Amino acid sequence: MDGTPLRVVLAKLGLDGHDRGLKVVARMLRDGGMEVVYLGLRQTTDSIIDAVEQEDADVVGISMLNAGHLTLGPRMVEALAAVGLDVPVVIGGIVPDEDLPAMAAAGVAGVLGPGASADEVVACVQAAADTRS
Amino acid sequence: MVDSDTGRDRDSTAGALSPDDRYRTLSGIPVDRVYGDGPLPGEFPYTRGVHADMYRSRLWTMRMFAGFGTATDTNARFRELLTAGGTGLSTAFDMPTLMGRDSDHDWALGEVGRAGVAVDTVEDMVDLYAGIDLGTVSTSMTINGPAPILLAMYVVVAEESGVAREHLGGTLQNDILKEYQAQKEYVFPPRPSVRLVTDVMAFTAAEMPRWNPVSISGYHIREAGSTAAQELAFTLANGFAYVEAAVAAGMDVDDFAPRLSFFFNSHNDFFEEVGKFRAARRIWAHWMRDRYGATDERSLKLRFHTQTAGVSLTAQQPEVNIARVAIQALAGVLGGTQSLHTDSYDEALALPSEDAVRVALRTQQVIAHETGVANTADPLGGSAYVEWMTDEMERRAEEVFAHLEDLGGGSLLEGVYAGIDSGWFAGEIADAAYRYEREVNAGERIVVGVNAFTEGDNPERRRLLRIGQDTEDLQLKRLATVRQDRDDAAVAATLARVASAAAQPTVNLMPALLEAVRARATVGEVVDTLEAEFGTYVERAVV
Repeated sequence: MDGTPLRVVLAKLGLDGHDRGLKVVARMLRDGGMEVVYLGLRQTTDSIIDAVEQEDADVVGISMLNAGHLTLGPRMVEALAAVGLDVPVVIGGIVPDEDLPAMAAAGVAGVLGPGASADEVVACVQAAADTRS
Repeated sequence: MVDSDTGRDRDSTAGALSPDDRYRTLSGIPVDRVYGDGPLPGEFPYTRGVHADMYRSRLWTMRMFAGFGTATDTNARFRELLTAGGTGLSTAFDMPTLMGRDSDHDWALGEVGRAGVAVDTVEDMVDLYAGIDLGTVSTSMTINGPAPILLAMYVVVAEESGVAREHLGGTLQNDILKEYQAQKEYVFPPRPSVRLVTDVMAFTAAEMPRWNPVSISGYHIREAGSTAAQELAFTLANGFAYVEAAVAAGMDVDDFAPRLSFFFNSHNDFFEEVGKFRAARRIWAHWMRDRYGATDERSLKLRFHTQTAGVSLTAQQPEVNIARVAIQALAGVLGGTQSLHTDSYDEALALPSEDAVRVALRTQQVIAHETGVANTADPLGGSAYVEWMTDEMERRAEEVFAHLEDLGGGSLLEGVYAGIDSGWFAGEIADAAYRYEREVNAGERIVVGVNAFTEGDNPERRRLLRIGQDTEDLQLKRLATVRQDRDDAAVAATLARVASAAAQPTVNLMPALLEAVRARATVGEVVDTLEAEFGTYVERAVV
């Protein structure tokens, strides 16, 4: 780290409205010294990319509790790559263990599940940021 | 098999307390139907229960929430639940349906049938309830933004199978206010959405006497992170808001209030939950009588469904969730619930598997038939702690009502609108959720298997229900077929009538919605039509 705090864009991608977890994560990251850009509900890959560009974000965190991670996770990673942004993606929500290899293969940098502690959340986002080339 | 209905008069006075031979403890000791002094169960303000005999006269309805994949998939789960002894249906719709979007909408990609059943047209509803007699079963539908459209579809399915709408029994969640506060599945802005709610209330009051048009829900408020007292207060405030809206729309309170129903969460803190349920009944009875002038006794009786707390379930050591659910379910029963859904132990991991659902239903059956807790009404009544907790819940709720009344200039409806517009509800809930997480993080609260007693987790044993991409592909084909086979000109004509009715606030939308869905208009087409008139709601994103 160069001393400037990490900037993290947090969003609900898709139709799922369960935002308890994402809001808690937002506060955990803030308390952990990161800057959080909270986009809220019903975001698209385009609206998230706009925010990443405007805010010069280091990490994107998307949340879904609707079993859409296998579709929407890779889609977010591809969308960022397609516009040439080297910004890692962390997914939070209900992601079964057996899907973790598929998530990693799709280029998702980290997955946070139910019960993750504040330390784990901060460490996961930090580790994702550290993967940037 | 235990007979769940003794045929007793539920509202008979509790004057003659005679032990009934059918109600004995496991050791054979006869048990009275109630203990303690008045006001007894069935007596105002119903703190101890809405029926004199409570579960002696009728057990709670074992209503398991189910929905995944296509209508055919969910239909099979419904039949399995009814065969296993479930006594009512409860329908979970997928996210695109909940948001009023068709399966072929851009936003639906990856979400079709994943977290509930996909319904695009009345043809899906036909398959969803195939082989189930809608004239005898009671059906709950968990849907809010597009609720009137799904109710219209249910009526059309029944009528096309020969069951008249007046014979339909069930519940439409149709509680839009809590969507802005907690669950966030809204489409239109609050005011036109509340008009849709009151349209349904007026329609069912006139034409569907066995239907509960709104299930005023604290469940989602609690799941989003609120405290028990906030759940109680926000939910009842929303209830009062609907009463004010319906009266403002020209209805008499006793014409609709007997059919209002509630839906609460049952979480881990046993006595707090029991106190919450008891306080809910007492507050509702007083407010309905004293503030809203209800005189029909049924308007004063708060009836509710309970679901155990999904948010309390842990992904770690999921079998432990069976114990949590049993204790939460017991709190619901001792709190006097009218129906109950027990969560499945694998729900922190995925949609519930069939085996896990069966264990959850069996948990209710153990409580009903083995524990003896249904033998006497409100067995916790008179406990110093329970009575104190009931009073404390009521006191805290009244503080919230006073705040909302201030915000609304004397109107709870306006106060609730103001609290939504300013983000007050969402902020209160988010604060409570974060406070809880910090306490768990700091080790001040023990969550078994998560921050203590963590040894013994075995991920290999888990068999999860998976919804594959084939569901989405199949649903897209079904939708394309319906679009191809229908009369598009007829659909356009009915949608024009929906638009016209939407533009006139004093016209009830239900007749136009019935015509549209009967012509095989899709959920998304009807929602688009309404959205053109009502607009779209976008919340202020606050953390």
